[in-house]
Amino acid sequence: MAIAKKSLLKPKVPLTPTEKREARTFYILISPWIFGLIFFTGIPLVWSLYLSFTKWDVLTPPQFIGVENYADMLSDKDFYQSLKVTTVYSLVSVPVRLAIALGLALLLNSATRAVGFFRTAFYLPAVVASVAVAVIWRWLFNPRFGPINGFLAVIGIDGPAWLNDPDYALWALIIMSFWGVGGEMLIFFAGLKGIPDQLYEAAEIDGASKWRKFLNITIPMLSPTIFFNLVMSVIGSFQTFDSAFVISTASARDLGSPAGSTLFYVLNIYRQGFSRLNMGYATALAWVLLALLFILTYLINRSSQRWVYTEGAS
Amino acid sequence: MAGKIATYAALILLSALFVFPFYWMIRSSLMPKHLLNIWPPIWWPNPPVWENYVQAFSNPFLPFGKFFKNTMILEVGMITGRLISVTMIAYGFARLRAPGKNFLFLILLMTLMLPGAVLLIPKFVFFSRLGWINTFYPLIIPAWFGEAYAVFLFRQFFLSLPRELEESAIIDGANIFQIITRIIIPLSIPVYAVITIFSFRDIWNDFMGPLLYLSSLDKYTIAVGLAFFSGQYTSEPQLQMAASVVFTIPIIILFFFTQRAFVEGIQMTGLKG
Repeated sequence: MAIAKKSLLKPKVPLTPTEKREARTFYILISPWIFGLIFFTGIPLVWSLYLSFTKWDVLTPPQFIGVENYADMLSDKDFYQSLKVTTVYSLVSVPVRLAIALGLALLLNSATRAVGFFRTAFYLPAVVASVAVAVIWRWLFNPRFGPINGFLAVIGIDGPAWLNDPDYALWALIIMSFWGVGGEMLIFFAGLKGIPDQLYEAAEIDGASKWRKFLNITIPMLSPTIFFNLVMSVIGSFQTFDSAFVISTASARDLGSPAGSTLFYVLNIYRQGFSRLNMGYATALAWVLLALLFILTYLINRSSQRWVYTEGAS
Repeated sequence: MAGKIATYAALILLSALFVFPFYWMIRSSLMPKHLLNIWPPIWWPNPPVWENYVQAFSNPFLPFGKFFKNTMILEVGMITGRLISVTMIAYGFARLRAPGKNFLFLILLMTLMLPGAVLLIPKFVFFSRLGWINTFYPLIIPAWFGEAYAVFLFRQFFLSLPRELEESAIIDGANIFQIITRIIIPLSIPVYAVITIFSFRDIWNDFMGPLLYLSSLDKYTIAVGLAFFSGQYTSEPQLQMAASVVFTIPIIILFFFTQRAFVEGIQMTGLKG
């Protein structure tokens, strides 16, 4: 790969005819992407920014109202509720998911027989559509007939009403999310396989315990993978929609039920835009989400310099 | 030795836990409704009630056959467009030099991080201005203009191919089109396979897209159909389970026969970080 010229003052050397031809071919080849970028991303993005400063119900033309949408957000109960639901969900489900995924990967890594069978068992649920996952687990969580409360009863616990109880609905969704750790597990598994055996052998010679080896070899060597999984999971969890939608509409035809306990952020955007026809406000909410994710990703990235080990770094 | 036993015991227990919901779904789908709520539960119905499947799929208000057809239209339309466009775009980024290329690639990477919610409403408005609401166009047409994730994967792959073949083809006077079709594509079959499998699964499972753009029942895909079916039939869990089984089985079968490709595909994305 050519060495990138990082100097600010690039001498403007005119292109040779060959280079011009190559550049033209390049732009012809990527023209579909440019077209799509402009029309399916760029223009909607700009339009979206404008819309966020308007009040629009689709039936009448948009009215420019300045930052009123953003101001209204500060006193909107649903906005705070959706932030709370989404943040709690993300804060709990992401670390536990990663821990489970790592645990499973470690187990798989130390097994020699039937690895394919176990790997399949753990990964299969991740392949299932989130809609189907929600439908299946809603039945599993059924308070009277479902196996979860059934088994809880066997050990003497009176199981809650799960998806019908505002205090437990979100926890049901969190537990449901653990079923799909197969993807992260596979990535961890590949990462584990990439750790050179010599490191462990050297540690053993020095008499390191299993825990030591885990803390001082496995985790640091795996840290780029952990970072990747962390960022992807956080971004993904903040955009939860399908499962929340299916759970909500089934129980009471009102998104976010019961009692707003499953009102995820994107679900709220959808409701504001398509149920209440507050298109301008919904768009403003979306921009706040963008800013939020941007900040989160930046923070995780910043912190990564402290704990992510990169090969060849000084 | 004890460690080994503990490992395998844990693996067996955990895989049983992970498989349990599948088992429960299938078992419930074959039970008569009145036997669903007894405890201790019936572990496997005898005889299995296949009529549940007939009942679930013969509902005139929820035409699953049509949902399946709609989903397949999307699959074929989108995967074809995606593979063709992504090949061109990724090859450009991988092999050709041009001013502004690195900047454009950066933009590509940034679009990967863009949350879909921001574009939700404007895209809807955009497509409704075109009169495309309640058609498949808003989903199929953009697929013909590249897809950032696939472009990224293909570019990485193309970069790893040795240049000699292309260089000798250029010397022999081949044009770009011939290079791509005669050399690059045949060498990239494994990547095409992975992208096709992933795309097939994502389109099959996609809920939000079809929900947004398809407003009439006869245009629904299976994913949307299942969601509404389960909303209508809250008191018939055995029928919901039957529908879920049929919705889930094709993807599971696909996975079983293409396991290696799936696994390598996932690892390809993770390791490139």
